[in-house]
Order: sequence, then C-alpha cells, then structure tokens
Amino acid sequence: MKVRFLLNGDPVEADTAPTTTLLDWLRESRGLTGTKEGCNEGDCGACSVMLTDEDGARALNACILFMGQLDGHAVRTVEGLAAPDGTPHPVQQAMVDHHGSQCGFCTPGFVVTMATAHLNGATDHDDQLAGNLCRCTGYAPIIRAAKAAESLPIPDHMRDAPLPASSCAKYSGGPGAEPPAPSYADTPADWGGRDPLAGTGADDRGDATRTHAAYRPASTDELASLYLDHPDATLVAGATDVGLWVTKGLRDLGTAIFLNGVTDLQRIEESDGALRIGAGVTLTRLREVIAPRHPSFAEMLRRFGSTQVRNAGTIGGNIANGSPIGDGPPALIALGATLHLRRGNERREMPLEDFFIDYGKQDRQQGEFVEAVSIPDQPDRLSCQKLSKRFDQDISAVCGCFNVTTEGGTVTAARIAFGGMAGTPKRARQTEAALIGQPLTPEGVAAAQAALEQDFTPLSDMRASARYRLEVAKGMLLRLATADEPSVLEVRA
Amino acid sequence: MSVHKPSPHDSAPFHVAGSARYVDDIPLPANALHLAFGLSPIARGTVRFDLSRVRETPGVVLALSAAETGPIDVAPAAHDEPLLAETTADGARVHYMGQPLFVVAATSHLAARKAARQAEMETAPDTPILTIDEALAADSRFEDGPVTWTKGDADAALSTAPHRLQGSIEIGGQEHFYLEGQAALAIPGEGGDMVVHSSSQHPTEIQHKVADALGVPMHAVRVEVRRMGGGFGGKESQGNALAVACAMVAARTGRPVKMRYDRDDDMTITGKRHDVRIGYDVGYDAEGRLHGIVFDQFVRCGWSQDLSLAVADRAMLHADNAYHLKDVRIVSHRLKTNTQSATAFRGFGGPQGVVGIERVMDEIAHRLGRDPLDVRRVNFYAAGHDADTSGKMPSQASGKIHVGAEDVTPGTDADVTSRGALREVAEPAGPVSTPPDGVQTTPYHMPVRDFILHEMVEALEKTSDYRARRAAVDAWNEAHPHVKKGIALTPVKFGISFTLTHLNQAGALVHVYQDGSVHMNHGGTEMGQGLHQKVAAVAADRFGLPLSAIRITATDTGKVPNTSATAASSGADLNGMAVKAACDEIAGRMAAFLAEQHQADPASVRFEEGRVHVGSESYAFTEAVQLAYQGRVSLSATGYYRTPGIEWDRLRGRGTPFYYFSHGAAVTEVVLDSRTGENRILRTDILHDCGKSLNPALDIGQIEGGYVQGAGWLTTEELVWDDKGRLTTHAPSTYKIPACSDRPEVFNVALWDDENRADTIYRSKAVGEPPLMLGISAFLALSHAASAYGASYPALDAPATAERLFFACRHATGA
Repeated sequence: MKVRFLLNGDPVEADTAPTTTLLDWLRESRGLTGTKEGCNEGDCGACSVMLTDEDGARALNACILFMGQLDGHAVRTVEGLAAPDGTPHPVQQAMVDHHGSQCGFCTPGFVVTMATAHLNGATDHDDQLAGNLCRCTGYAPIIRAAKAAESLPIPDHMRDAPLPASSCAKYSGGPGAEPPAPSYADTPADWGGRDPLAGTGADDRGDATRTHAAYRPASTDELASLYLDHPDATLVAGATDVGLWVTKGLRDLGTAIFLNGVTDLQRIEESDGALRIGAGVTLTRLREVIAPRHPSFAEMLRRFGSTQVRNAGTIGGNIANGSPIGDGPPALIALGATLHLRRGNERREMPLEDFFIDYGKQDRQQGEFVEAVSIPDQPDRLSCQKLSKRFDQDISAVCGCFNVTTEGGTVTAARIAFGGMAGTPKRARQTEAALIGQPLTPEGVAAAQAALEQDFTPLSDMRASARYRLEVAKGMLLRLATADEPSVLEVRA
Repeated sequence: MSVHKPSPHDSAPFHVAGSARYVDDIPLPANALHLAFGLSPIARGTVRFDLSRVRETPGVVLALSAAETGPIDVAPAAHDEPLLAETTADGARVHYMGQPLFVVAATSHLAARKAARQAEMETAPDTPILTIDEALAADSRFEDGPVTWTKGDADAALSTAPHRLQGSIEIGGQEHFYLEGQAALAIPGEGGDMVVHSSSQHPTEIQHKVADALGVPMHAVRVEVRRMGGGFGGKESQGNALAVACAMVAARTGRPVKMRYDRDDDMTITGKRHDVRIGYDVGYDAEGRLHGIVFDQFVRCGWSQDLSLAVADRAMLHADNAYHLKDVRIVSHRLKTNTQSATAFRGFGGPQGVVGIERVMDEIAHRLGRDPLDVRRVNFYAAGHDADTSGKMPSQASGKIHVGAEDVTPGTDADVTSRGALREVAEPAGPVSTPPDGVQTTPYHMPVRDFILHEMVEALEKTSDYRARRAAVDAWNEAHPHVKKGIALTPVKFGISFTLTHLNQAGALVHVYQDGSVHMNHGGTEMGQGLHQKVAAVAADRFGLPLSAIRITATDTGKVPNTSATAASSGADLNGMAVKAACDEIAGRMAAFLAEQHQADPASVRFEEGRVHVGSESYAFTEAVQLAYQGRVSLSATGYYRTPGIEWDRLRGRGTPFYYFSHGAAVTEVVLDSRTGENRILRTDILHDCGKSLNPALDIGQIEGGYVQGAGWLTTEELVWDDKGRLTTHAPSTYKIPACSDRPEVFNVALWDDENRADTIYRSKAVGEPPLMLGISAFLALSHAASAYGASYPALDAPATAERLFFACRHATGA
C-alpha cells in the first residue's frame, strides 16, 4: 500500500503493508531510531510522534499507528524538532537545563509530546504527559522543564501544513460499484519538493507480513457500501485496540478499512433535542464537546487512556469493540444514549445498553457498523466515578456512572450503569429501583447498595477482586450520598 | 573546579535530540538475524514441542532447542539456569511459566516473534509451587535451611519487656520497568572473536558467560556498553540469556545477531524484586524503646538462585535500618518457587528489610498512642563521633572459593565477579573486636560511627513543619468522616559497599592525546544515573581542564577488564577513585618531567584552569602535553582502586561489610478516601545525605526518581500471578508504575551538605539506592490515614493499592 505524507517537513512516499506500524517503519526502513519502542501497546509514550492534519497537531503513539492511517498527513518525530539550523526546540533545551532526562530512553517521546503541547499552547502538563512514562526522574524535573518552556516562542518549522485533501487517495465507488484495486493509488501529480525516498527503494520489511486489500473510504456512504462488500474486513478507526491485535496478537487483519478519511463520520450535530456524535469522533473531541454539558463525564474522559490514546481512539470504537471495561458506554447509558447503526443504506437505532448482549457479543450484523451515538438533551445530573489502580492512563477496575434526579432531597429518577462489573457495560436496574423514593443520604442509599448484589456478580482479575468490585460500587453510591466531602483529586496539601 | 557542580547529564543533548544510541539503535551489518524465544506455557513439569512449523515460518533461518545446542548456562554464578529448558526423556523440564524453551533466528524481529508462537506443544504439568506458603509447606528452599544471625539475647529481652507485639507484613515484588527492554547484539569476527553490545550493568559477566557458552577464552570476547535505557538492577544478570543466545547463533551462522525482548516477553521472562513476608515479635517499653526483637524474613526467590542469597543477606543487613537493636535475632528463609527468578532491584533486599522495622516502629507508636517520630528517635543509633572509618586495607583475597554447591578453581567457569558467587569463605572475619564504650553496633556487630540522622531528622522536622502539619492532619480528620489525611516521617540508613568484599574494586584507563584531549574509560556503566559525568568531572579536576576536554567513552571489557557490576550504588565511589588514580599517574609523570626541566619540586606543579604551572613557568595544558610527549613520557595510564577497611563473614553474620552509611529522611503527606480506597500523595519533603555531592543536580535527580520509584513499589505497582503461575501483569496496561500526576504536587528535596567522614572520592557519598527507601514514608503516611478511621491498627500490606487501603480502612474500624 502506498502512502504519502510529510515527514519532518519533507514529503515521503512509502510502500508498505498497511498494518506496518509507523514506529517500525521509522526505525527499520528509515533508520530514524530516535523514536523508541517501550511497550509496543500505546501505554508508555516512548514512541510519541506529532501528527498534523486538518484538525491541527496532536501527539500519537507511533507503535500502534498504522502506515495506512497516515496518507495525506504530516508527521514530525524527535529528529524533526530542532530547527533546520540545528537550534534545539525550546522544550529540548529546557529538558537539558532542568535535568529532565536520565537514562534518556523515554526522553524523545516526552519532548515530542511536550513540543506538541507547546505548539497548541496547552499548559495542563500532567494531563498532556499522562501517557509518557518515565522510570528514572520521578517527573519533577520534566514538569519544571515544561513550565520553563511555556512562554518561549513556537519555532516556525513546527507548524506543519497538512497535505491538500486532493493528495489523499480515495476509494470512491457508490453502493454496488466495483471496489477499486486493493492498493489504491491515486497519487498527486506534483509534490513540489524533493522526495527523500527517491531511489532508496524504501520498502516493506522483509518478513512474512502478507499484504491484504486496504481501503480508505472518504464518506460514510462509501464506507457502508464497501463494508457490505467486505463484511469480514477489519474497520480501523484509531487503532488503539486493533493496533494491539497486530503488535501483541501478531494477527493478520485481512482486509482493512481505514476510517480516518471518513470525515462525515466525525461530525457532531445538535438536533432534535439531542447531541449526535459521529462514531469517528475522537475521545479528545468528545471531551471538549461534552465538558459544558456534563462536566463529570468530561473529567472522566480526562483520565481516559492518555492524551495520545484519546487523540487516536474514537467513541465509535470504544462502543463497537464491546469491551466490558470501556469507560464511554457506562456514561452514555446513564445519559440514555441512543446508538445508530448502519448496514448498506439500512439504518436502525436502539438504546445503547441493548447493543451489549454478552461478553464479546453485540447486536451488530455482518457489514453493519456504528454510525453515531446520540445523547438526549437534559439537565446535568451525571456523576461519573472511574476507579483504577492509577489515576491516569489506566483501565478502570470499576466505572460507575450515576444519573440521579432528586426532588426535595428524595430520588425521583435514576439511570445507573457500570463498567467492570459484568461481561458487558450494564445498567444497574435493581439498584436504580431501590434508590428511587429514598433520600440521597448514607442511610438512604443502603437499600440500593444491597441491590447491587442482585445486579452484579463481578469477577476477580489483576485489576481488582470480585469482592472489592462489589464493595467499591457500594462505596460509589455512598460517595454520591456524601458528595460534600471532596474526592482525593480535589484535596491539596 | 568541575566537581561539586550541577552539570547536566553528559548525554542530555543527545537524549533530547533522539541521537543517543541504545543497543537497538545500532545500525546492523548486512544479513543480520533477529532472535525470539519460545516460552513455556506451564510453570512446572515437562513440555514436548515440535519446531517443524516454526522452521517453516517465512523468514526463519534457524530454530534451536537445548537438544541441538547442548547445555548452555546463563546463571550469574550457581550454574542453575539453562539458556533453553533442559531436555529430558519426558521433554523439556520447565520451572516457571515463561521459561525459554527454544530460540528462533529469523530475518526480522517480527518474523522471529511470529515464528516463536508456531511450535506445537504437548505439556505434562506438575503442581507448581508458587507462593511463600506453598514453598514452606514443601520445604522448597535454597541453602539447607534458614540463615540466622543473632546479637545479644532476643528471647530473654522479649520475655522481660514491658510490652510485646507480634505481627507480619506482606511486601510485594516490583517490576523494574526499565523503559528500554533487554537487548543484545553480537557481531562475529575472525578467529572465533565475538563483539557483543549489551544493555547490561555487568559487561564482564556478559563477557564471561559468552566465552563460556562459545568455549573460548574471555580474551576472544569483547563487550561494549555505551548506555542502558534504565537498569535499576534488572540488567545485572538478566541480560545474560540474550547476549549468550545472540553470540551462540552468531557463532553458528557467522552472521550478526540481535535480540530484544518485546515488553510482554521481558516482563514474563525476567526476574523482579523479591517479594517478602516479614514476621516480627517485638518487646518494648512505654517510650517505645525496643527490648528485643525477632524478625522472620520469608523471601520468595523464584526458580533459580540468581543473586537471591546476597539479596536476602542485604534484607537482613537492613533489618535495623536506623535503629539500635541490642538484642536481636534475624531469620531468613530463601524460598524456591516456580516463578520468575527474582533478582537485583535498587536496594537489593535492603528496602524490604527497612520496611519491616519501619512497620514495627509504626505499630509500636500506634499501640502507645505516640507520634511515630518520637518512637523512632528513642531507638536511633547514638550519634557517631568517631571519624576513623578509613581503617586498614583488606588483606589480599586468597585461597579457595566456593561457588554454588561445588568447589571451583578460579580460571575455569566460575564467575567470581557476580554477586551471586556467594559462598566465599576464603577469608573468615577474625573475632570482631568489641567497640569502645558508647559505640553501638548493628545486628551484624559492625560499629556505627557515622550516624548523622539525629541532626538530619531535626532539620527536616523543622523545614517540613512536621509537627504543625501533623496537628493539621488530625484536625482535618476530625472534620471529615470519609476523606482522611496521613503524614509520616521515615529515615533511611543504607550500607555502602558490595557485601561480597572482593567486588569492591575498580579499574580505569585514561589516555591524554597530544592535542590535550583526554579519553576516559572505566568499568562502570551508564544507565541514566550520570555516572560518566560524575567521573568525567573527577578527571577534569585532576588535570585542571574543563569538562569538555574529557571524552566519555563506552564501557568496554577490552579497555578495563574484570569489572564488577555497576550496582550497590558503588559506581561513582569505585570508578571515580580509579579514574582519579589514572589521572594522577599521568599528571604525576608530566609533573616529574616538567619539574626536572625547571629544577622545581614535582609536588609544586599545579594543573589549574587549563594550564600547568611549574615554578615560575606556566604552560597551556596542550603545550605541556606536547613537551611531555616529546620528552618520551607515557601519557596513558590505568588506575585501580579497592575499598579499604571492609571484611565480612556472611555465614556468621559478623564483620564490617560496609565502608560507610548513607542517610536520608522524608516526610510524606497523603489523602485517602475510605469510600473507594483512592489516595494520593500531597506533599513530600526530603533531606538526603550525599556527603559532599559530586554533582548536586544529578544527586537530586536520583533522590526524586528514587523516591517516586519507592512510593510506586509500595502503592500502585502490583504483580499478580494466577493459580497456574502465569504473571497476569506483564505489560504497562496492567502493571502501573507511577505516572506524571502521581508525583507529589509539592516536592521539596534538599541535600545534607556535609563531607563523608570516610575517605571517598571528593568526600561524596553513594546515592543510587538509598533514596528508594524514602518512599516508605508514603506507605506509612497511608497507614496513618487508614488508622484515622478507627482504633484498630490497619496492618497494611504492600503494595497499598486502593483495594488494600479500602479494606485496611474497614479493618481500622474493627469491621
């Protein structure tokens, strides 16, 4: 599969297997070894790169970023942070001055994430860097460096212009039309610059990775048609989950359909008393759009994955993969969200909770995909509680989302959903029933706490024991009833 | 002067540019092969496997099991770790889940990984021994039985003590999570030569194990280590398998061979910090002063011996931490289990020992209703006033060396440079002299002469505003039924030296070129701690040159031989002295030559600010070098150092194993929510003793990083094995080291700037390991917060995950 993009300011063309990761391509085909492999699963940030497209610049994990996702974008690696004359980027110099590197292996990922935040004017350093692990420094000097660089000017070369949309190869067949040849090859006529790959024979790695058909539709209609024709294809949105099938499961994805060119799947619309969020909306954008409506949801999304993961992962993927421990579904179920599915030109919708049938099983037919999820307009009463071993970049042991209405201190309505408590994200219907009519006090929630044991029989795993899951779910209800006491995240020394 | 300055890490400009080169970044020669191991799917039993499908996988060049390679040992000393599982009539015998069964060589890393999963396997599992209790029940141990050290009469003191308590604490292990996984690259040369690039803290051991595996003398193998992307002890012995596998395949194929573990493989295959259960039986008085104490340390060592005996020794050696234990017995059980072979990890058992006594201090204080700081103080060692720790030089090591179960004559395959080579009885310590009146001794009968924690803790108590904040914590807790705060001040006293006495030596090689530039090499390895920069500052200072004149070069067994691991916090102490010796040798030759030219006293020749002053004459350094060269003066020298005054009999637990002690203290304040168990560190204040710091910036970096790593060990970092022996936390998705926001929001770190009373390099002190134990203050602050929920002692185990804390809060209420 041929992809063209800007690499550190220069246009490049690569002909690789579509699921070759950017990290492997950089290191093995380009000899750009500054970008490191720390975990190969998007959890440590040592491979962070900056990607710029029409929506701006963002940090991503190159280890779970497929080459097939890059066409038409601009990529900047650690090697591309210094100015062309060799002057270090302000965050690079600050990291040296503030002793922000020790062993140095995580450092390229840190400086790329920091330079991206610097470009975007972001100063919430703990959140920006939540996806970059360092084992040596204890982070203090890194934050000192980030703060020191905040007000320094952005070097001009950091502002990558994404390639014009016309340069992006597209599949453009209507329903029923013959799909194009697997490796589509609409290429721009003129790159307006040197191609550093010319004559180098940059290529796929010489291993057994088979090249399958890969498609990059440009609209939802095209996607619908294509998926109908290839119902066994793997849909690749942010690849934060599918990426691991490849890097850890060593799976061959078969036919892949890359969704990042489907721009109309990334729309957010307010209409008919609901907020309709396209399946391709990243968790970063969801956090922005949900913050004014449901701040507790947004606060949970702040802790969802990491900056890099939220920049890649989509709400559609978070729902469609059916994970019992995804954080999006419990919040959306508590909000009474409706799921919109599409197969060819047929559309249907259902309450989100009905989509999740059982562990690993969703109400989705062959060739059908998640098109959007919509949240009905409502006064904000949502409280999301994400419990994990570590606050940031950790999968929830239990995620409890509570949409509880009170009148005169008494609960009159409740929609409560949990993740991590069953084989699917699940509503706590008995708990809801037990809560209605009760005062929202420690005594008032006692019956609902007991009812949790009817709703759920959680499992023990490496994140938590079954007993703790059940008891902490009760603790979440207590917290709802004692909301005047702060969360530990709100307490200062 | 270049020493005592906060110079940035020498590699920092390369780190931030992405140009610092690690093993996996070295451009490969043509035709290189890549390796991956096929791993055991069971923890104990036998596995029959067929490699046909592996060999048919595209890209595969070679697949080998022990049946093809013959036995190859990769253990640091005890000869109990086959590179590939031993072949028996029933199949390969395996001892833990994840043990390498076979190795695949392929044309790419990915192809090798894919092929390694293609073996067809048939398993015959035995019931594995996984836990401390299972090992005790099966009497599965290393050595014949527990090791016991005693001082005074613990039983008598316990029986007459006014108060007594008994308890125990479980202390989990810890994954190193060096960001750079294990990696090695072997490049075959002519005549059987092999060059190995290894991400290793112990290049000499890599050299030895590779030579042994290839059946060549050590002189045929050269090992180079430019830097590691983190080590923390995890690269002291755990890199042997990769380097040996690469060299073995390189020797067979004549092709360069690289191996790096995927992260999940790394965590599944390699050893971690030992998890330990410590039982305690304590007598004490109304002040909290100890009257006799017995510790039972149960150490889970995993399937092979590795460095475990030395680790367990150091847990015993730090069972006192900062406290005078007059009547004490320490019993250590070294348990053999079907899990990863636990290995070195920053502190090397010391942290576990320290947690034991700090738990005791905390529980006594709780029982007595006293501030734990007051209980700690009454038990501190007496302040040391005796500056004479330089002592005598050790006698030359001589006689027979016992390694593992068999006697081995040096010169065969015994790796005497490993800390696992423990059974050294060449030099039993003589009768320990009774120290002069007033000097207290450790449980291993070593006089404590340099104890400075009284002054340090007093200073920290003030600067951290400990007493007022403790009162404020109490007031907060009165007002909040669910969200409590806690605060704790804990000290650390850590013994500096390898406890295997002969490892306390180091070498250096320094060249001065005719243009005045200096090439510096020594036996220490760089893993992020800034060792090279510290040592380069020494070299610069000896020659009166700027740091930029000193070239830091990769550690290389061809330049400095027979090195010890960069471990035990000893890197700068040992190698700084060796480099100083080499520089002084060259400077001395130059001074003698120039003095003769000028009829001056050689002792009066000064090397300062880039110039050499001889009598009334002054030369630019380069000028002086050229004169010396033309005067046929050798401008290259080796340097050598051995630590004086140490001797140790580990079997009897008597002697002076340490040259000196490093100290520190930390105050941590936390907040805890009993509704969920969630918690956070709010503020940390640290005062740490680096002697007269060689480089305050690098030392503070070690302290900050060590604290966070120690706090992570005792809070969020939880290793979980299932009942089949599978490590289920084998990636950062499930094993949670501290992230950025987990560091204390308020984080004050200061150095106790006072010269080391021992004659160390520029009177500095070692800093690598001791700060890790400052993180214990976070654990005990959480215990304090949990205790605010009720009258019962929360008896918190480690790691104090949200789950453990949730139930500890309930326990405190008596529920």
